[in-house]
Amino acid sequence: MQEKPPAPGTPATAPTERREFLKQGCAACLGLAAVGAPVAVGVRVLLDPLHRSGGSDAFVKVTTIDSLPEDGTPVQFPVLADKRDAWTKFTQVPVGAVFLQRQGARQPLALSVVCPHAGCFVDYLEDQESFLCPCHNSFFKKDGSLKDEQSPSPRRLDTLDVEVRNKTEVWVRFQDFQLGITEKIPIA
Amino acid sequence: MMKRVLAWLDERTGLGRFAEACLFQNLPGGSRWRYVWGTLVVYVFLLQAITGFFLWTGYSPSTQTAWESIHHIQSEMAGGWILRGLHHFGAQAFVVVLVLHLLQMVIYGIYRAPREVNFWIVMLLLPLSIAMSATGWLLPYDQHGYWASRVPIGIMGVTPVIGPMLQKFAMGGSTVGHHTLTHFLALHAGLLPLCIAGLLGFHYYLNRKHGLGDVSKDCACPDEKYFPAQFLKDAAACLAVFLVLLGFVLFPYWQNPTAVPGVHLGAPADPSEQYSAARPEWFMLFLFQFLKYFPGGTEVWGAIVIPGLVGAVVALMPFVAQWRHGHRFNVLFLGTLLAAAGILGRMAAVEDSKDETYLSAKEQSHRNAERMHQLVAERGIPPSGAAALLRDDAYTQGPKLFAKNCASCHRFDGHDGLGHKPLTTHTVRTNETWESIAEFRFMPVTALRELNPSFTGPLKPEDKIIAQVRPWGPDLKGFASREWLAGLFDPARVDGQHYFGGTKFKDGKMSKWVKKNATPEKADDIKKVVIALSAEARLKSQAVADKADAEIIKQGRALMVGDMACTDCHSFGKKDPDATGPELTGYGSRAWLIRFISNPAHADFYGKRNDRMPAFADKKILDAKQLGLLADWLRGDWYVPPKNGAK
Repeated sequence: MQEKPPAPGTPATAPTERREFLKQGCAACLGLAAVGAPVAVGVRVLLDPLHRSGGSDAFVKVTTIDSLPEDGTPVQFPVLADKRDAWTKFTQVPVGAVFLQRQGARQPLALSVVCPHAGCFVDYLEDQESFLCPCHNSFFKKDGSLKDEQSPSPRRLDTLDVEVRNKTEVWVRFQDFQLGITEKIPIA
Repeated sequence: MMKRVLAWLDERTGLGRFAEACLFQNLPGGSRWRYVWGTLVVYVFLLQAITGFFLWTGYSPSTQTAWESIHHIQSEMAGGWILRGLHHFGAQAFVVVLVLHLLQMVIYGIYRAPREVNFWIVMLLLPLSIAMSATGWLLPYDQHGYWASRVPIGIMGVTPVIGPMLQKFAMGGSTVGHHTLTHFLALHAGLLPLCIAGLLGFHYYLNRKHGLGDVSKDCACPDEKYFPAQFLKDAAACLAVFLVLLGFVLFPYWQNPTAVPGVHLGAPADPSEQYSAARPEWFMLFLFQFLKYFPGGTEVWGAIVIPGLVGAVVALMPFVAQWRHGHRFNVLFLGTLLAAAGILGRMAAVEDSKDETYLSAKEQSHRNAERMHQLVAERGIPPSGAAALLRDDAYTQGPKLFAKNCASCHRFDGHDGLGHKPLTTHTVRTNETWESIAEFRFMPVTALRELNPSFTGPLKPEDKIIAQVRPWGPDLKGFASREWLAGLFDPARVDGQHYFGGTKFKDGKMSKWVKKNATPEKADDIKKVVIALSAEARLKSQAVADKADAEIIKQGRALMVGDMACTDCHSFGKKDPDATGPELTGYGSRAWLIRFISNPAHADFYGKRNDRMPAFADKKILDAKQLGLLADWLRGDWYVPPKNGAK
């Protein structure tokens, strides 16, 4: 005996209800896949930078030890380095700056110029022998440590690794660090 | 015929009926001026979309072309500065009309059921508009945009858990670069406007659904159709807003028609260049100021948690309004919020107006912007981008090189090249007095006391006072010019602070010679020597005078080897191996100056008698390019735009 199709308007019986549910489920899945697939491809491309490690953290030559004042006053130097930015390979372009000062006759101290709070470029105030951030007034001592407990900066000015090579050349490992946190974590 | 086509179209699409329904929507209680705010939000958005689209047609997002293309739009393309100006002020207007619209909704209670969702839409538009502004700021890629956008990017990084990833994702890498610009453009011109347009459409849809009008039932005002009554009010308001914006764009031009027109475009972004005037847009200054009060490590509260909580309270307003006095609370809360933001923003502005670092950074930024304009006009932009123009410019780099390398001993017109007096902290030693310190540092006692207002009595050993750095060497403003040399040959000045006063040559041979020989009787001969010696420098500023005085120069040269006997100590014309003073052949010329700075202890200059001046090239303190820039600047040799040829 052949099953009669239900007349329109009659409530669906259990098997048709199940069939309807399956149909709805399939429709939703197919629709989602059709839209989701291209989005997924796009997002994969967009997320590409996350898998890339940042610029090289090799040491770069910044200056010579003789250009640092003997009295230990910090001086600001531009850091020139080769870098790759997406499609461009740059040679010897400014990538940032660093404050160098003498600690002892031949030992330089390198401080990042970037305030660890919000990333502004700090100023060195010679008459007060301290660094002041021009944005939110974080205050640092000459050696980069926090001068004022109320400073918005969560940590001292970041020190950078520095080496004297060939007797006079000052080489610095130029790095950026995560802002706004108490630990000093390099941005990868 | 036309009517039949339209009727056909309407029959097939329903567009005609829809337009009619929109246009002739009934307004219970009639039209009101306060209803214009919603339309204004749509209008300013449209204005931004239009101006933005045309800017987009001329913009190129990459670190070597962003600034360059904006500069081209603004200074080369006809009407470009007006277009950019409108977009610049329109962005601010968008935030303003949104806030006012929100305020209107709260004050007149049109957030109550069933309009909660409509209220949230307007609320949601606020962060979106701020995101538009923040992404738009980086796009010109000038110093200002670069440094100012580092702050929101930095704040993104303090978001709990996902912060660092979010940051890297937004920047498209670990540092600001090409992909930051392409990302920001895609957000600014693509995704964000799409979201805003969608929300505005939804806002309008809900408005139609719930009906316009918040006039109370007992008002005896008659109903009106949207068109023409409210339409007229809306159109008038839109036009007024446009005229105000145009006024903002044109006013500076009207005030000063000779200046480069258009809103500020700073020097191209340079991560190695300090920029101490990074500030957010004025309507975000309150948050900027707010962050100053959060000591280290608590920034996340000021930047994310508290603003989030305030946002939540505002979002709950439609429900709060159901309570007794709830509506009053809402109005009061919003009013207080705006007042607090106003006060904080005002505080930030007042602090800045007193902050010398900020002001001088602002001034420097304007100077650099103007200079860039000249350099681009003169040299054109190379494929590597415009930033290099400024880095190779003696006028810009000279003062900085001087301040960094020379100003610890020399001065330039009494300052360090950048206009500051070099100051230092001096620890008082025994037997030192105000007078002795002031004398040693070549400054008036009153000036020294003014620097240290907290010290009133006599000084005690170990006191730390602020004092000018002693000028150990000559002031080099106008070095080798006639005026400068006239001072050197002045018995009253040769051992003063501007010449040999701070050096070990204070009582040296030259000093003695000048005091003995530069007598009033010989004034004419001295003048001729000054002119002849200065001509050796071939200064650009004296080219005309040198040419005119050819005869005097000839006489002066004769005097140098003859009566004045300069060649007893100096080489002049031909090399004298026994010379003890610096070489005078080509004195002050570019080549001479570069050689001198490279190594003043060379036998041609001071030899072993050199007084502390470092050999800048031999010690690798300055490279060849820097030496050239410094020499050019000291000699006043840089590109100067023609007086009336500047655009």
